[in-house]
Amino acid sequence: MRASRLGKRVAASAVAGLLALVGPGAHVGPAAVAQTKPKVSFVYVGPIGDHGWSYQHHQGLQAIKAAFGDKIDTNYVENVPEGPDAERVIDQLAASGSSIIFTTSFGFMNPTIKVAARYPNVKFEHATGFKQAPNVATYNARFYEGRHVIGLIAGKMTKTNTIGYIASFPIPEVVMGINSAYLAAKSVNPNIKFKIVWVSTWFDPGKETDAAKALVDQGADILMQHTDSPAAMKFAEEKGIYAFGQASDMAPFGPNAQLTSIVDNWNPYYLKRVGALLDGTWKTSDTWDGIKEGTVTLAPWSRKLPADVVKLAETARDSIAAGTLHPFTGPINKQDGSPWLKEGEKAPDKDLLSMNFYVAGIEGSLPK
Amino acid sequence: MELLANILISAMIAATPLLIAATGELVAERSGVLNLGVEGMMIVGAIAGFSTVVATKSAMLALAAAIASGAVMAALFGVLALTLRANQVASGLALTMFGLGLSALWGQSYSGLSAPAFPRLFVPGLTDIPFLGKLLFGQDGLIYVSLAMLAAVAWVLDRTRLGLIVRAIGENHDAAHAIGYPVVAYRYLALVFGGGMAGLGGAYLSLVQTPLWVERMTAGRGWIALALVVFAAWRPWRVLLGAYLFGGITILQLHSQALGVKIDAQLLAMLPYLATIIVLVIISRDAMRVRLTAPQCLGKPFHAAA
Amino acid sequence: MLRLEPRREPSGPMFYVAPLLAIGMTLVAGIVLFAALDKPPLTAMQLIFIAPLTSLRGVAELLVKGTPLILIAIGLAISFRGGIWNIGAEGQYAIGALAGGAVALAVYPATGWWLLPLMSCAGIAGGAAWAAIPALLRTRFNANEILVSLMLVYVAVLLLSSLVHGPLRDPEGLNFPESRLFQTSLPILIEGTRAHVGFLVALAAVLLAWVLLERHALGFKVKVLGQAPRAARYAGFSDKGLIWFCFLLSGGCAGLAGLFEAAGPVGQLVPALPSGYGFTAIVVAFLGRLNPIGILLAGLVLALTYIGGETAQIAMSLPSATTAVFQGMFLFFLLAADVLVNYRARWIARRSPAADPHAVSGAAIGTVQRLPTP
Repeated sequence: MRASRLGKRVAASAVAGLLALVGPGAHVGPAAVAQTKPKVSFVYVGPIGDHGWSYQHHQGLQAIKAAFGDKIDTNYVENVPEGPDAERVIDQLAASGSSIIFTTSFGFMNPTIKVAARYPNVKFEHATGFKQAPNVATYNARFYEGRHVIGLIAGKMTKTNTIGYIASFPIPEVVMGINSAYLAAKSVNPNIKFKIVWVSTWFDPGKETDAAKALVDQGADILMQHTDSPAAMKFAEEKGIYAFGQASDMAPFGPNAQLTSIVDNWNPYYLKRVGALLDGTWKTSDTWDGIKEGTVTLAPWSRKLPADVVKLAETARDSIAAGTLHPFTGPINKQDGSPWLKEGEKAPDKDLLSMNFYVAGIEGSLPK
Repeated sequence: MELLANILISAMIAATPLLIAATGELVAERSGVLNLGVEGMMIVGAIAGFSTVVATKSAMLALAAAIASGAVMAALFGVLALTLRANQVASGLALTMFGLGLSALWGQSYSGLSAPAFPRLFVPGLTDIPFLGKLLFGQDGLIYVSLAMLAAVAWVLDRTRLGLIVRAIGENHDAAHAIGYPVVAYRYLALVFGGGMAGLGGAYLSLVQTPLWVERMTAGRGWIALALVVFAAWRPWRVLLGAYLFGGITILQLHSQALGVKIDAQLLAMLPYLATIIVLVIISRDAMRVRLTAPQCLGKPFHAAA
Repeated sequence: MLRLEPRREPSGPMFYVAPLLAIGMTLVAGIVLFAALDKPPLTAMQLIFIAPLTSLRGVAELLVKGTPLILIAIGLAISFRGGIWNIGAEGQYAIGALAGGAVALAVYPATGWWLLPLMSCAGIAGGAAWAAIPALLRTRFNANEILVSLMLVYVAVLLLSSLVHGPLRDPEGLNFPESRLFQTSLPILIEGTRAHVGFLVALAAVLLAWVLLERHALGFKVKVLGQAPRAARYAGFSDKGLIWFCFLLSGGCAGLAGLFEAAGPVGQLVPALPSGYGFTAIVVAFLGRLNPIGILLAGLVLALTYIGGETAQIAMSLPSATTAVFQGMFLFFLLAADVLVNYRARWIARRSPAADPHAVSGAAIGTVQRLPTP
């Protein structure tokens, strides 16, 4: 039975090793973290290196660190799936002493609301959702304003009158973006045609490239995307055509291809909210900022844009910021011909936030 | 005509990483090793290739690095599954988990960088032939390599002594051992070859198809490659059929959307998977022939008995 | 040099020592890993392995995370014992959630004591029905179940997503892709936490599986089918019947696990519901040596590394990749250490391997402790 004695020895040493570990580290348990400064936490759905959605939120975290320095602590969790794990991560952040938690994906909505009910003293901020509570604020960006500007540029710059649009999933935000870009392009180029490919993923560089190829093969000479990776931009660069970046400035991937990019700039909002937390004025709210507030910005214009197109784009951008131009201004009919907005009528936010129809002129169908 | 040629080219490009990785896995499985870590080896190959091309600007060195890193991953699997005789299914899944993490750590400072475009074949005169020219003579070099490797693997497995030994070991390792073949050594060889190919397949994604690095960019292609080996009933030429069928339908469904077909995109996205199942059912109906093709010792640990 | 020799009987002590040894090696490797990343290594180890166990909340979360892993792995283990390669549990999980959830949405807002049992039955039926496809194609058309079950994972995930984007989406949810919140949810086990009765069901499944495999003729037949298919046929066992049994059972377990996630921690149908449990459960099944009790432990240990990994990420600002690398290493060591159960490592004088057909080359066993000869 020598083997079993040996077994006991090995077991004993392993246990001793474990005990040794408990000693020095025991005071670091999350429940025991001493609270001196407010802690700002972020939950990301993707990797911070995605160069898209999560990357831009993480830029916001960097801005907070730079602005508030020693006055706050920060932490984040990346790659949090929107399924059953989300609530645990958010709960754990709340339990470990976070003062404010930004949950940055739509799928975190119900988990955020549930956790917030358990931690009334912790503040929560949920991006792109529609449920608020006394300690849960929501925020979103009017990306469709940026889509209007790139639609104008695309309408002017296309030679084949065909725009390729790589879309992810038919949710209101994506549908809104397609409609906004289409209406703008149509307003400057009556012959414009949108070809839309849904790739059923937010993130698959290979598939996004395949979609880009399919669109170009079918005559598109400018690409727009509502997916997260820079794959389509990279493809446009290789192909020598134009494209618009998504979420972040994608010029490094397409120095010649990128005409501009709709950049999500969450920094102003984050600085404002953390500032409010620090001076005790934080209140729940529902924020939908756009170009005016600097949440939606456009990357520097490509040098390939002629002066008149730049002027057109800048005028539109500035009018949107000034509130004199609304990308969805009637008359607009739905795809099936039924009227949506009357002459001069501006789309109510409620219609936009739940948009599940194409406007007249777009081909293809949306799931009902 | 132009559109058709373009569709075929896109289909080949979409199929090639699957083809390369599946060819390698086929060799490993024919020797009796079931390595479910293809996804992990591919993603490590992708970042190894990408980081090397960024550092050296050399496509050749990048491919070498990708192959080497895939091979090292496979060797790691070999230590577990062959030397220590750990369960192969679980070891493969662990390898995938490890590879996804390792590549993400490795790639942290590489996201946002761009690789130079991969050189494409251009044969003056031939490449300019309408339709066939671009299709046959205008692709990136790795497509030709992938086809050549498949032919080489088919030839070695079916016609050479080395192939005979590998197959014998996969079919009955005890008998092969009794004859005097070093079972474990040959399995390491086949496994490392498979790892190198998986690494190369991953590098095809990060160097050719989308020359950039983003975390998780293989997006499940390793699993498809694994499924294709089964689809092929462990016969090399059927891997080609499977990979091109899968790649082709993936591309066709994207094209059909751009043409305005009124079917829910998510239902269309199911087509490549469904088509693979249907074709498998059609070609599997002959019960006897199918049973004979799966390596009898696949996934079974080998220990030399007296 | 170090050699491995097969044991005549699996070693009893090693059965328990091997996992401890693996944990020891993981601690050492983890310390090296975190030191290399310039993070305090002991703190990291403490956060991963111990911190989650020191609070009620942590333990409850462990049960929540472990429940689907154990439930799915139990079904898979029986299937694998029978030599049936169902690797599509992820898809069966998704369809189970879909079917069970659809029942709740169909009768909305009606509710009552009957609803959860009804949803659970629908979940089991959904998972089993999805698993019936590879079973049918295998028994009727001879199509390999590995490919069919794996491909159907992707189809199931897309089907769930498609329905949640369309007919099943919340009519008051501004057309976002998620269903309404269900009108009922699984009873909570520990007040103030998320631990739900699903864990008790998983425990019951462990017990039933043990009885089935060790005490019941059906379990014996499954094992014979797995180890000696020809003998099984000779003995008159219907292999087609057993294939169906294995698939329906493992699919049903996965479907129930999916429904528990939907009706428990999540409370609605969302496209992201399938988050990899079906694949991780395969690892759990083998880590547990396809033994129900082993699976219970393996499921909890793996759940601990997920939750501990998150704890460490949060407390130390680690990238999530670190956790994945660490988890991969931990699995490597657990799997590698198992060699000691069935093999004995011996230190013997150098001999040419060719001269000794009884020994297997073990030159690469650098990490295994040198053990004395008996």
